[in-house]
Amino acid sequence: MKPEPETNDIILRTGASIMVPLILLWGLYVLIHGALGPGGGFQAGVILAAGFILYTAAFGLGETKKILTMKRVLLLASTGLLIYAGVGVLAIIFGGSFLEYGVLPLGHSPAESSKYGIEMVEVGIGLTVMAIMVSIFYDIAFNGE
Amino acid sequence: MIQDIIFAKYNYIIYITLMTIGFYGMIGKRNLIKKLIGMSIFQYSIFLFYISAADVSGGTAPILLKEPAVYVNPLPHVLILTAIVVAVSTLAVGLSLAIRIHREFGTLDEDKIIELS
Amino acid sequence: MRRYLAVLSCALFWAILVYGVPDLPDLGDPDAPSHKHVVPEYIEGSYKEAGVTNIVTAILANYRGYDTLGETTVIFTAGITVMLLIRRKWK
Repeated sequence: MKPEPETNDIILRTGASIMVPLILLWGLYVLIHGALGPGGGFQAGVILAAGFILYTAAFGLGETKKILTMKRVLLLASTGLLIYAGVGVLAIIFGGSFLEYGVLPLGHSPAESSKYGIEMVEVGIGLTVMAIMVSIFYDIAFNGE
Repeated sequence: MIQDIIFAKYNYIIYITLMTIGFYGMIGKRNLIKKLIGMSIFQYSIFLFYISAADVSGGTAPILLKEPAVYVNPLPHVLILTAIVVAVSTLAVGLSLAIRIHREFGTLDEDKIIELS
Repeated sequence: MRRYLAVLSCALFWAILVYGVPDLPDLGDPDAPSHKHVVPEYIEGSYKEAGVTNIVTAILANYRGYDTLGETTVIFTAGITVMLLIRRKWK
Protein backbone atom coordinates (compact mmCIF):
# COMPACT_ATOMS: atom_id res chain seq x y z
CA MET A 1 0.00 0.00 0.00
CA LYS A 2 1.33 3.36 -0.91
CA PRO A 3 1.39 5.70 2.09
CA GLU A 4 0.04 9.22 1.56
CA PRO A 5 1.82 11.48 4.01
CA GLU A 6 0.66 14.81 2.60
CA THR A 7 -3.13 14.61 2.93
CA ASN A 8 -3.56 14.69 6.69
CA ASP A 9 -0.95 17.38 7.05
CA ILE A 10 -2.61 19.75 4.60
CA ILE A 11 -6.07 19.40 6.14
CA LEU A 12 -4.73 19.79 9.66
CA ARG A 13 -2.56 22.75 8.77
CA THR A 14 -5.33 24.61 6.95
CA GLY A 15 -7.88 23.93 9.66
CA ALA A 16 -5.48 24.95 12.42
CA SER A 17 -4.44 28.18 10.72
CA ILE A 18 -8.10 29.22 10.60
CA MET A 19 -9.11 27.99 14.04
CA VAL A 20 -6.20 28.90 16.33
CA PRO A 21 -6.62 32.72 16.23
CA LEU A 22 -10.38 32.33 16.81
CA ILE A 23 -9.81 29.96 19.75
CA LEU A 24 -7.33 32.35 21.38
CA LEU A 25 -9.68 35.29 20.85
CA TRP A 26 -12.60 33.38 22.35
CA GLY A 27 -10.49 32.40 25.34
CA LEU A 28 -9.70 36.05 26.01
CA TYR A 29 -13.42 36.89 25.69
CA VAL A 30 -14.39 34.22 28.25
CA LEU A 31 -11.72 35.55 30.64
CA ILE A 32 -12.85 39.16 30.53
CA HIS A 33 -16.59 38.45 30.59
CA GLY A 34 -16.31 36.23 33.65
CA ALA A 35 -18.05 38.81 35.79
CA LEU A 36 -21.08 39.36 33.53
CA GLY A 37 -21.92 35.93 32.19
CA PRO A 38 -20.63 32.37 32.44
CA GLY A 39 -16.88 32.09 32.41
CA GLY A 40 -13.95 33.06 34.57
CA GLY A 41 -10.35 32.19 35.17
CA PHE A 42 -10.19 28.41 35.04
CA GLN A 43 -12.34 28.01 31.95
CA ALA A 44 -10.39 30.65 30.03
CA GLY A 45 -7.05 29.13 30.99
CA VAL A 46 -8.00 25.74 29.61
CA ILE A 47 -9.39 27.23 26.36
CA LEU A 48 -6.19 29.20 25.74
CA ALA A 49 -4.08 26.10 26.41
CA ALA A 50 -6.23 24.13 23.96
CA GLY A 51 -5.46 26.70 21.28
CA PHE A 52 -1.71 26.28 21.78
CA ILE A 53 -2.01 22.49 21.84
CA LEU A 54 -3.85 22.52 18.48
CA TYR A 55 -1.06 24.68 17.06
CA THR A 56 1.52 22.17 18.30
CA ALA A 57 -0.39 19.22 16.83
CA ALA A 58 -0.56 20.88 13.41
CA PHE A 59 2.86 22.49 13.02
CA GLY A 60 5.19 20.51 15.27
CA LEU A 61 6.90 21.18 18.57
CA GLY A 62 9.66 23.46 17.24
CA GLU A 63 7.24 26.13 16.06
CA THR A 64 5.52 26.43 19.43
CA LYS A 65 8.82 26.43 21.29
CA LYS A 66 9.81 29.60 19.44
CA ILE A 67 7.02 31.48 21.23
CA LEU A 68 6.61 29.56 24.49
CA THR A 69 10.05 28.37 25.55
CA MET A 70 10.36 26.43 28.78
CA LYS A 71 11.59 29.48 30.68
CA ARG A 72 8.74 31.70 29.51
CA VAL A 73 6.15 29.11 30.51
CA LEU A 74 7.53 28.92 34.06
CA LEU A 75 7.68 32.72 34.19
CA LEU A 76 4.00 33.03 33.15
CA ALA A 77 2.90 30.51 35.77
CA SER A 78 4.78 32.25 38.57
CA THR A 79 3.48 35.67 37.47
CA GLY A 80 -0.13 34.53 37.67
CA LEU A 81 0.23 33.24 41.21
CA LEU A 82 2.14 36.39 42.20
CA ILE A 83 -0.70 38.60 40.90
CA TYR A 84 -3.21 36.71 43.03
CA ALA A 85 -1.19 36.90 46.26
CA GLY A 86 -0.18 40.46 45.40
CA VAL A 87 -3.79 41.66 45.35
CA GLY A 88 -4.24 40.09 48.78
CA VAL A 89 -1.19 41.81 50.25
CA LEU A 90 -2.22 45.09 48.59
CA ALA A 91 -5.50 44.89 50.51
CA ILE A 92 -3.50 44.57 53.75
CA ILE A 93 -1.41 47.63 52.85
CA PHE A 94 -4.55 49.72 52.37
CA GLY A 95 -5.94 48.82 55.76
CA GLY A 96 -8.26 45.84 55.32
CA SER A 97 -7.74 42.15 55.93
CA PHE A 98 -6.19 39.69 53.48
CA LEU A 99 -8.08 39.61 50.12
CA GLU A 100 -10.65 42.18 51.19
CA TYR A 101 -11.37 43.97 47.92
CA GLY A 102 -13.57 46.69 49.40
CA VAL A 103 -10.71 48.83 50.73
CA LEU A 104 -8.77 49.10 47.44
CA PRO A 105 -9.00 52.64 45.95
CA LEU A 106 -9.97 51.46 42.46
CA GLY A 107 -13.62 52.53 42.30
CA HIS A 108 -16.23 54.84 43.79
CA SER A 109 -17.72 52.37 46.26
CA PRO A 110 -16.68 49.09 47.88
CA ALA A 111 -18.83 47.13 45.41
CA GLU A 112 -17.05 48.65 42.41
CA SER A 113 -13.60 48.09 43.94
CA SER A 114 -14.65 44.51 44.52
CA LYS A 115 -15.50 44.12 40.83
CA TYR A 116 -12.07 45.37 39.71
CA GLY A 117 -10.35 43.21 42.32
CA ILE A 118 -12.21 40.14 41.06
CA GLU A 119 -11.19 40.85 37.46
CA MET A 120 -7.53 41.23 38.36
CA VAL A 121 -7.60 37.98 40.29
CA GLU A 122 -9.23 36.19 37.34
CA VAL A 123 -6.43 37.32 35.03
CA GLY A 124 -3.91 35.84 37.45
CA ILE A 125 -5.74 32.52 37.63
CA GLY A 126 -6.07 32.34 33.83
CA LEU A 127 -2.35 32.91 33.27
CA THR A 128 -1.32 30.22 35.75
CA VAL A 129 -3.73 27.59 34.48
CA MET A 130 -2.77 28.19 30.82
CA ALA A 131 0.96 27.99 31.50
CA ILE A 132 0.72 24.83 33.59
CA MET A 133 -1.52 23.03 31.08
CA VAL A 134 0.98 23.76 28.28
CA SER A 135 3.89 22.66 30.49
CA ILE A 136 2.21 19.36 31.41
CA PHE A 137 1.51 18.78 27.70
CA TYR A 138 5.18 19.38 26.83
CA ASP A 139 6.35 16.93 29.47
CA ILE A 140 3.94 14.05 29.07
CA ALA A 141 3.56 14.09 25.29
CA PHE A 142 7.16 14.65 24.23
CA ASN A 143 8.92 12.77 27.01
CA GLY A 144 10.93 15.57 28.43
CA GLU A 145 12.50 17.49 25.59
CA MET B 1 -42.48 2.26 48.51
CA ILE B 2 -39.65 1.07 46.30
CA GLN B 3 -41.28 2.83 43.33
CA ASP B 4 -41.20 6.15 45.21
CA ILE B 5 -37.53 5.79 45.90
CA ILE B 6 -36.67 4.82 42.35
CA PHE B 7 -38.72 7.57 40.67
CA ALA B 8 -37.68 10.40 42.96
CA LYS B 9 -34.04 9.56 43.66
CA TYR B 10 -32.92 7.71 40.55
CA ASN B 11 -29.96 9.97 39.94
CA TYR B 12 -28.18 8.87 43.12
CA ILE B 13 -28.49 5.20 42.17
CA ILE B 14 -27.06 5.84 38.69
CA TYR B 15 -24.05 7.70 40.09
CA ILE B 16 -23.43 5.05 42.73
CA THR B 17 -23.34 2.46 39.94
CA LEU B 18 -20.78 4.57 38.06
CA MET B 19 -18.74 4.85 41.25
CA THR B 20 -18.72 1.07 41.63
CA ILE B 21 -17.55 0.60 38.04
CA GLY B 22 -14.65 2.97 38.69
CA PHE B 23 -13.82 1.24 41.95
CA TYR B 24 -13.71 -2.15 40.23
CA GLY B 25 -11.34 -0.70 37.67
CA MET B 26 -9.03 0.49 40.43
CA ILE B 27 -8.75 -2.82 42.26
CA GLY B 28 -9.56 -5.51 39.71
CA LYS B 29 -7.20 -4.69 36.86
CA ARG B 30 -3.46 -5.30 36.69
CA ASN B 31 -2.24 -2.65 34.27
CA LEU B 32 -1.27 0.68 35.82
CA ILE B 33 -2.93 2.83 33.16
CA LYS B 34 -6.22 0.96 33.59
CA LYS B 35 -6.06 1.62 37.31
CA LEU B 36 -5.60 5.31 36.59
CA ILE B 37 -8.60 5.33 34.26
CA GLY B 38 -10.67 3.67 37.01
CA MET B 39 -9.60 6.37 39.47
CA SER B 40 -10.64 9.03 36.95
CA ILE B 41 -14.11 7.49 36.46
CA PHE B 42 -14.52 7.32 40.26
CA GLN B 43 -13.68 11.00 40.71
CA TYR B 44 -15.96 12.22 37.92
CA SER B 45 -18.91 10.21 39.24
CA ILE B 46 -18.59 12.01 42.58
CA PHE B 47 -18.64 15.40 40.84
CA LEU B 48 -21.84 14.48 38.99
CA PHE B 49 -23.37 13.29 42.28
CA TYR B 50 -22.85 16.67 43.93
CA ILE B 51 -24.05 18.69 40.95
CA SER B 52 -27.21 16.65 40.60
CA ALA B 53 -27.95 17.22 44.29
CA ALA B 54 -27.80 20.99 43.71
CA ASP B 55 -30.73 21.14 41.31
CA VAL B 56 -33.91 23.07 42.14
CA SER B 57 -36.87 22.19 39.93
CA GLY B 58 -37.92 25.15 37.77
CA GLY B 59 -34.72 27.04 38.51
CA THR B 60 -32.53 28.80 35.99
CA ALA B 61 -28.78 29.30 35.69
CA PRO B 62 -27.21 31.25 38.59
CA ILE B 63 -26.65 34.57 36.80
CA LEU B 64 -28.60 37.51 38.15
CA LEU B 65 -31.44 38.76 35.97
CA LYS B 66 -33.41 42.00 36.19
CA GLU B 67 -36.61 40.46 37.55
CA PRO B 68 -36.67 38.14 40.56
CA ALA B 69 -36.37 34.48 39.65
CA VAL B 70 -35.61 31.12 41.21
CA TYR B 71 -31.96 30.13 40.87
CA VAL B 72 -30.21 26.81 41.08
CA ASN B 73 -28.01 26.41 44.18
CA PRO B 74 -24.63 27.86 43.11
CA LEU B 75 -22.47 26.66 45.97
CA PRO B 76 -21.79 23.04 44.82
CA HIS B 77 -20.85 24.38 41.38
CA VAL B 78 -18.08 26.42 42.96
CA LEU B 79 -16.75 23.59 45.11
CA ILE B 80 -16.77 21.16 42.18
CA LEU B 81 -14.80 23.64 40.04
CA THR B 82 -12.04 23.41 42.61
CA ALA B 83 -12.36 19.64 42.79
CA ILE B 84 -12.11 19.21 39.00
CA VAL B 85 -8.80 21.08 38.97
CA VAL B 86 -7.50 18.91 41.80
CA ALA B 87 -8.55 15.76 39.91
CA VAL B 88 -6.69 16.88 36.78
CA SER B 89 -3.57 17.58 38.84
CA THR B 90 -3.73 14.16 40.48
CA LEU B 91 -4.13 12.45 37.10
CA ALA B 92 -1.12 14.36 35.70
CA VAL B 93 1.13 13.35 38.59
CA GLY B 94 -0.09 9.74 38.43
CA LEU B 95 0.66 9.51 34.71
CA SER B 96 4.14 10.93 35.17
CA LEU B 97 4.83 8.36 37.90
CA ALA B 98 3.72 5.61 35.49
CA ILE B 99 6.14 6.98 32.86
CA ARG B 100 9.01 6.83 35.36
CA ILE B 101 8.10 3.28 36.40
CA HIS B 102 8.11 2.24 32.76
CA ARG B 103 11.55 3.79 32.28
CA GLU B 104 12.95 1.89 35.28
CA PHE B 105 11.39 -1.56 34.97
CA GLY B 106 10.36 -1.80 31.35
CA THR B 107 6.85 -3.08 32.10
CA LEU B 108 3.53 -1.69 33.34
CA ASP B 109 2.14 -4.88 34.87
CA GLU B 110 1.62 -4.73 38.61
CA ASP B 111 2.67 -8.29 39.50
CA LYS B 112 5.84 -8.14 37.43
CA ILE B 113 6.83 -4.86 39.05
CA ILE B 114 6.44 -6.35 42.51
CA GLU B 115 8.63 -9.27 41.44
CA LEU B 116 11.31 -7.08 39.92
CA SER B 117 11.64 -4.58 42.75
CA MET C 1 -9.04 -15.46 42.59
CA ARG C 2 -8.34 -11.74 42.81
CA ARG C 3 -11.08 -11.06 40.30
CA TYR C 4 -13.71 -12.83 42.43
CA LEU C 5 -12.61 -10.93 45.51
CA ALA C 6 -12.78 -7.64 43.58
CA VAL C 7 -16.31 -8.31 42.27
CA LEU C 8 -17.50 -9.34 45.74
CA SER C 9 -16.14 -6.24 47.43
CA CYS C 10 -17.58 -4.00 44.68
CA ALA C 11 -21.02 -5.56 45.14
CA LEU C 12 -20.75 -5.00 48.91
CA PHE C 13 -19.72 -1.37 48.28
CA TRP C 14 -22.76 -0.83 46.01
CA ALA C 15 -25.16 -2.42 48.47
CA ILE C 16 -23.96 -0.34 51.43
CA LEU C 17 -24.18 2.92 49.46
CA VAL C 18 -27.62 2.20 48.01
CA TYR C 19 -28.83 1.35 51.52
CA GLY C 20 -28.21 5.00 52.42
CA VAL C 21 -30.07 6.52 49.44
CA PRO C 22 -33.61 6.82 50.96
CA ASP C 23 -32.35 9.44 53.44
CA LEU C 24 -31.14 11.82 50.74
CA PRO C 25 -33.43 14.66 49.49
CA ASP C 26 -35.45 14.23 46.29
CA LEU C 27 -34.14 15.41 42.94
CA GLY C 28 -35.10 19.07 42.53
CA ASP C 29 -36.61 19.55 45.98
CA PRO C 30 -36.64 23.27 46.83
CA ASP C 31 -36.83 22.59 50.58
CA ALA C 32 -33.62 20.60 50.87
CA PRO C 33 -31.48 21.75 53.81
CA SER C 34 -28.47 22.41 51.62
CA HIS C 35 -30.29 25.28 49.85
CA LYS C 36 -31.13 27.15 53.02
CA HIS C 37 -28.07 27.54 55.17
CA VAL C 38 -25.88 30.30 53.67
CA VAL C 39 -26.84 30.40 49.97
CA PRO C 40 -29.67 33.04 50.15
CA GLU C 41 -27.18 35.47 51.70
CA TYR C 42 -24.75 34.87 48.81
CA ILE C 43 -27.48 35.38 46.19
CA GLU C 44 -28.65 38.63 47.86
CA GLY C 45 -25.22 40.12 48.33
CA SER C 46 -23.85 39.21 44.92
CA TYR C 47 -24.64 42.58 43.32
CA LYS C 48 -24.73 44.81 46.39
CA GLU C 49 -21.45 43.76 47.99
CA ALA C 50 -19.46 42.00 45.29
CA GLY C 51 -20.54 44.06 42.30
CA VAL C 52 -20.83 41.27 39.71
CA THR C 53 -23.90 39.57 38.28
CA ASN C 54 -22.36 36.10 37.92
CA ILE C 55 -23.06 34.49 41.30
CA VAL C 56 -20.57 31.64 40.74
CA THR C 57 -17.69 34.07 40.07
CA ALA C 58 -18.66 36.18 43.08
CA ILE C 59 -18.55 33.16 45.39
CA LEU C 60 -15.35 31.79 43.82
CA ALA C 61 -13.31 35.00 43.93
CA ASN C 62 -14.86 37.06 46.73
CA TYR C 63 -16.66 35.02 49.39
CA ARG C 64 -14.40 31.95 49.06
CA GLY C 65 -11.31 33.63 47.66
CA TYR C 66 -8.89 31.92 50.02
CA ASP C 67 -9.88 28.46 48.73
CA THR C 68 -9.20 29.60 45.19
CA LEU C 69 -5.72 30.78 46.19
CA GLY C 70 -4.99 27.33 47.66
CA GLU C 71 -6.26 25.67 44.51
CA THR C 72 -4.07 27.76 42.21
CA THR C 73 -1.15 26.67 44.37
CA VAL C 74 -2.21 23.02 43.91
CA ILE C 75 -2.17 23.23 40.15
CA PHE C 76 1.16 25.10 40.18
CA THR C 77 2.68 22.38 42.40
CA ALA C 78 1.39 19.65 40.11
CA GLY C 79 3.06 21.31 37.12
CA ILE C 80 6.36 21.57 38.98
CA THR C 81 6.12 17.92 40.08
CA VAL C 82 5.59 16.66 36.55
CA MET C 83 8.56 18.77 35.43
CA LEU C 84 10.79 17.30 38.14
CA LEU C 85 9.84 13.70 37.41
CA ILE C 86 10.15 13.62 33.64
CA ARG C 87 12.67 16.13 32.34
CA ARG C 88 16.03 14.65 31.55
CA LYS C 89 18.32 17.55 30.76
CA TRP C 90 18.26 20.88 32.57
CA LYS C 91 20.40 23.27 30.64
